[in-house]
Amino acid sequence: MNKKYNRPESLRDSDTHYCPGCGHGIIHHLVAKAVDELKIRQKVIGIAPVGCAVVAYDYWNFDVCEASHGRALAVATGIKRCRPKNIVFTYQGDGDLASIGAAETLHAANRGENVTCIFINNACYGMTGGQMAPTTIIGQKTATTPSGRDPFAGDGWPLKLSEILSTLKGVCFAVRTSVSNPRQVHQAYDYIKKAFCSQIDKKGFSLVEVLSPCPTIWQKTPVEAMQWIETEMIKEFPLGVIKE
Amino acid sequence: MKEKRKNKVLMSGNEAMGLGAFTAGCRFYAGYPITPQNELTAYMASCMRLPGRTFVQAESELAAINMVFGASAAGFRTMTSSSSPGISLKQEGISYLAGAQLPAVIINVSRGGPGLGNIASSQSDYFQSTRGGGHGDYFTPVLSPWSVEEAFNLVILAFDMADFYRTPILVLADAIIGQMMEPINLNRKPLIRNRKPKRWSLTGAKNRPPNIVKSFFLQEGLLEEHNLLLEKKWQKIKLREQRSSIYGKKKVDCLIVAYGSQARIARQAVDVLSCQGIKAGLFRPITLWPYPDKALKKAASLARKIVVVEQSLGQMVEDVKLALPNKEINFLGKTGGGIPSSLEIVKFVKKLTKN
Repeated sequence: MNKKYNRPESLRDSDTHYCPGCGHGIIHHLVAKAVDELKIRQKVIGIAPVGCAVVAYDYWNFDVCEASHGRALAVATGIKRCRPKNIVFTYQGDGDLASIGAAETLHAANRGENVTCIFINNACYGMTGGQMAPTTIIGQKTATTPSGRDPFAGDGWPLKLSEILSTLKGVCFAVRTSVSNPRQVHQAYDYIKKAFCSQIDKKGFSLVEVLSPCPTIWQKTPVEAMQWIETEMIKEFPLGVIKE
Repeated sequence: MKEKRKNKVLMSGNEAMGLGAFTAGCRFYAGYPITPQNELTAYMASCMRLPGRTFVQAESELAAINMVFGASAAGFRTMTSSSSPGISLKQEGISYLAGAQLPAVIINVSRGGPGLGNIASSQSDYFQSTRGGGHGDYFTPVLSPWSVEEAFNLVILAFDMADFYRTPILVLADAIIGQMMEPINLNRKPLIRNRKPKRWSLTGAKNRPPNIVKSFFLQEGLLEEHNLLLEKKWQKIKLREQRSSIYGKKKVDCLIVAYGSQARIARQAVDVLSCQGIKAGLFRPITLWPYPDKALKKAASLARKIVVVEQSLGQMVEDVKLALPNKEINFLGKTGGGIPSSLEIVKFVKKLTKN
């Protein structure tokens, strides 16, 4: 019998520091598997964000660069423009990508930088203890919205960055997926692979938004967290292809 | 002789610094509009669109310095430029560059502050430039030109130093240096050093273990270890890179200390004073960090009075005091775009030497 699921070569044999039930482990694996599948491990350069995935370079087995908070796509621009033959991607959370780095994200997308952005949406700032993120859904309790996010109290509405970016001509591929059930995990893998392929074909900016569980901050069990994505988050952030 | 004259070109300091970067093999430039350095960005926009080079007009100063971070991590010679308020924004990125040990050149054509200030020449970014500037325990070597030709040469030196020490280098010009036009001699082919392959750079992990570019050391003791490694580098730079020049006689009644465009003005004051029978000299630091304290001590040992002249309320004067703890230091400065004229310097020195 053949072993079907191996550890991808692009993933190091190490334990992660992520909480039980966190989505980062799954998504790191999907990225690594896609890199292996497309045989681009020797030319891929990843950019790790500031946030829980800050030490992603300890888990991936290819070249990785640090970026300051929010600036991953500016760093990606510098790398990709100098090394157009390499495959460059950023891995960023919602606070990083949609709040502090909103300008860098918007303009890298608008320039049609030929890079891929993996956008992890967990509706909160995980690393810093669960503050409100731009993607926090209405009514969601966080450290900085103790009685729930209230747009009429000045908290704003959940920011749908993927939809905003999809209106730009520089963006060739924008999708939203989740890792809340096996079908979606497979779907997420396909999307990540497609995004890398569009970069290989020099089509422009590609974006994969992944709804990802954060049981610790959400104060839920891992199973409840997955269910919360499917019952609550998806209502605010519908899955599927936004632009292709 | 005719042949040689052909290679003299009249250009502004901003353009000369752009030409310096191009000559040094800068492969990636990102910038954002800000006065009084716009001619530099425009110059780069024309020459960096040639094959193998990249120009990006960034959406902000933050984006520009982080694009430079990426280009440097990819192993290429890279530069950004701005003026004072923009440099404040870039300081975060400069701190990351220093922490991640990435070479880069940053040009500051400084203007008046604080806040939006004005667009006149000012030397009020001295503290920001020489004391690290961003967060954390680090220094940025600072080169300060006093002429258009020197601006050209110092930018080339900055690229060589950046690669040699693997750290960001700041070129601190001011609005006068950026805007004024002078002929520069392009006869001498500048020497480009330190072109060794950058084995630490990100090229894709082909036939080697993955490279990681980072400035993050979370585990206990690791950051201390890293910072002590950087400290060795700062000490090495302090020992080897102090640069300065002296104008005028060695034994003087008054030694004027000034840098950048203010040193040019002070040189005129030295000439006027000499004509009036007062022996004066000029000490000009070229590196502001590391401060050339050894050379200053030597020059000051033969001087009766010391006068520091700055386009600020007094910033470099602190380094002069640190270098010369037993001397009385006199200060003449103007702020907010005010420039101490040569006549004002002459008057100040004459009053001082009378006593």
